Amino acid sequence: MNNTHSIIGYYSTPFGELWNKSLDDLILEAFEGVLKVTALEKEDIDAVFLGNMLGGVVDDLLLLSAHVAELTGLHIPIYRIEAACASGGLAFQSADEYLASHPESTVLVLGAEKMTDVGAREITQALAAAASADEQSVGLTFPGVYGLLAQIYLHKYGYTEEHLASISVKNHAHGVLNEKAHFRRYVTIDNVLESPYVAYPLKVLDSSPISDGAAALILTNKNTLVKTHASAMILASEIATDTISIAKRKNLNSLEATRIAAEKAFDTAHVERKDVQLMEVHDCFSIAEILALEDLGFWKKGQGGARAREMSTSRDSGSSLIVNTSGGLKAAGHPVGGTGIKQIGELYLQLTGQAGERQVKTASVGLAHNVGGSGGVAVVSILGV
Amino acid sequence: MVGIVDYGFYIPKYRIKIAEIANQWEKCADKIERSLRMEEKAVAGRDEDMMTMAYEASVMALKSQSKIRKEIGAVFIGSETFPYAVKPISTSVAEWLDLGHDYLAYDTQFACKAGTGALISASALVASGDVSHALVCASDKANAKPKDTLEYSAGSGANAWLLGTDNVILELLGWHSYSSDTPDFWRRSKAEYPSHAGRFTGSPAYFKHIMEAATALMKKQQITALDVQHAVFHMPNGTFPLKVAHKLGFTREQVGHSYVVPQLGNSYSASALMGLVATLEYAKKDELIFFASYGSGAGSDAMLFRVTDKLEERRKSFEKVIADKVYITYGEYMKYMNII
Repeated sequence: MNNTHSIIGYYSTPFGELWNKSLDDLILEAFEGVLKVTALEKEDIDAVFLGNMLGGVVDDLLLLSAHVAELTGLHIPIYRIEAACASGGLAFQSADEYLASHPESTVLVLGAEKMTDVGAREITQALAAAASADEQSVGLTFPGVYGLLAQIYLHKYGYTEEHLASISVKNHAHGVLNEKAHFRRYVTIDNVLESPYVAYPLKVLDSSPISDGAAALILTNKNTLVKTHASAMILASEIATDTISIAKRKNLNSLEATRIAAEKAFDTAHVERKDVQLMEVHDCFSIAEILALEDLGFWKKGQGGARAREMSTSRDSGSSLIVNTSGGLKAAGHPVGGTGIKQIGELYLQLTGQAGERQVKTASVGLAHNVGGSGGVAVVSILGV
Repeated sequence: MVGIVDYGFYIPKYRIKIAEIANQWEKCADKIERSLRMEEKAVAGRDEDMMTMAYEASVMALKSQSKIRKEIGAVFIGSETFPYAVKPISTSVAEWLDLGHDYLAYDTQFACKAGTGALISASALVASGDVSHALVCASDKANAKPKDTLEYSAGSGANAWLLGTDNVILELLGWHSYSSDTPDFWRRSKAEYPSHAGRFTGSPAYFKHIMEAATALMKKQQITALDVQHAVFHMPNGTFPLKVAHKLGFTREQVGHSYVVPQLGNSYSASALMGLVATLEYAKKDELIFFASYGSGAGSDAMLFRVTDKLEERRKSFEKVIADKVYITYGEYMKYMNII
């Protein structure tokens, strides 16, 4: 029996304002796309894990399992996973758990979100449904939550908005090389600083966009399939949770769920931080990437602002650790259910040498970090080749 | 050949600065001005509406056409701010203009291209010989929900166009219309303010429809952007017309005279046609004017005009007129738009 779980294929739709695509269209394109790149038939799939946050709120679509069954003509188990912006990451983690108890199995993990069929007010309200009910009722939105985290961080460690802006500059530069990215253009520090405020001190260009998109992976523990496909091993996929109410968090300059999930993931994977060369982290707002690098244990608490300003994780930095080669949520886009899958997919492409123009030099270990509900859930996954 | 015999326009004297609106809502005025490429917009006074402005524009159009006045066989008015749901405005304006009563009249609505669609219909009536002359007006006192992004651009203005076959100042060489069911901007029955779908109003709506109509017309007329001297596009803000012109291969200079949105705002159905009015202040005999309107919902009417030697005698002063203005505060703006 093979105890190794591997990723053997990845497909993503373009991310962006896909006006002519419905949630069905996106799911179907990702489903058919990943089967095509792996040369598998749908009959080869034993279960589907679907990450989607907003179908029930925006599209009035609950019981997405049966919906996907109708779209694909499948009768196998289909699990719909919802963990806000970590829906994709948790779908992946759940699929990995499934493989642990189902030998000789192959599963399809798909994350999809349709966000642009409603206006900004409606989608902001829908996203805020994943916040604490009490805090929603007093008007706290996700930009508001991250704005508070950013204010605390800048104040506590003496940084400025320019330090935050560096994250967006780096991720936009990375996104230029990603043919599926929502935005493929460079931005400068001045561009970020001159963009309008969303929630002080965060501005439009500190924030990930509202995107449509879907992404899918094939996971297997079948040796026969691993041998015939470019594959990356799942060394760990761990989840941690935390209180959803911001007011009940122990502190606001760190996401505890990220810290705990990372510790578990490194323990399980038996790798050290220094072994990781590539990361896709959850940069829903610029401050989130700084907190992520600190909470994942790569930067010392309070040093993130300075490290961000040095662009120390840029592909052009010559550093041994490059972060968000896809462009991150900021430039690649953030179709919330799809994001966690895209992060893993980007690592898979890079680790198997299939990342095309944005391929980094040899990398053997990558980490993906997906957050839901501003830290209510965090999933940390580590892949290796 | 069918064409424009004469024209008129009306721009109310009141202006509100984009910065005045932005400051009201504690927004960064300079960023909004830069993003919309707008400085101010024209606002109709409290005692003005689309009817009074259509009348004023028509008076100017017919000022030198007293002999033709009774020969006008069709009167069409396009707007998206008609004061009545049921009751024609075209008959009111025709009555005030003393046109007689032997004319076909109707009001048209198709968002910001309500006037240009009527212009094409009128040109066909004239070309067929069913009527010798037609009067087409486009007029709007465009409103927007306070604090909505539309509030920065929705302006007021009107223009009027007398069509005929003799003595024309502009020959209508051809047109092409492109339409689809694209709900990017709308106002439901009984709703006070329009709704819009944010960035959806851009690439799948404004740009797609103008590009399709314009390229089809260029093909029909066997011309390229290099063959025309002036280009005029609908102006929902200061950015879109420059972008679409660039996509179609027109230079900033070709759009130059028509680009009035930074000073006047978007007078909805009168917007693109106001660009044509502004262009006529400078256009010369035998020059070609390429024109494309856009109406949400959605469609674009592209037209190609050739200037004749008659324009010289009927040319209107435009820049001087719009320079005569009075700035108002946000409070006055609310009052003039009958919001408070």
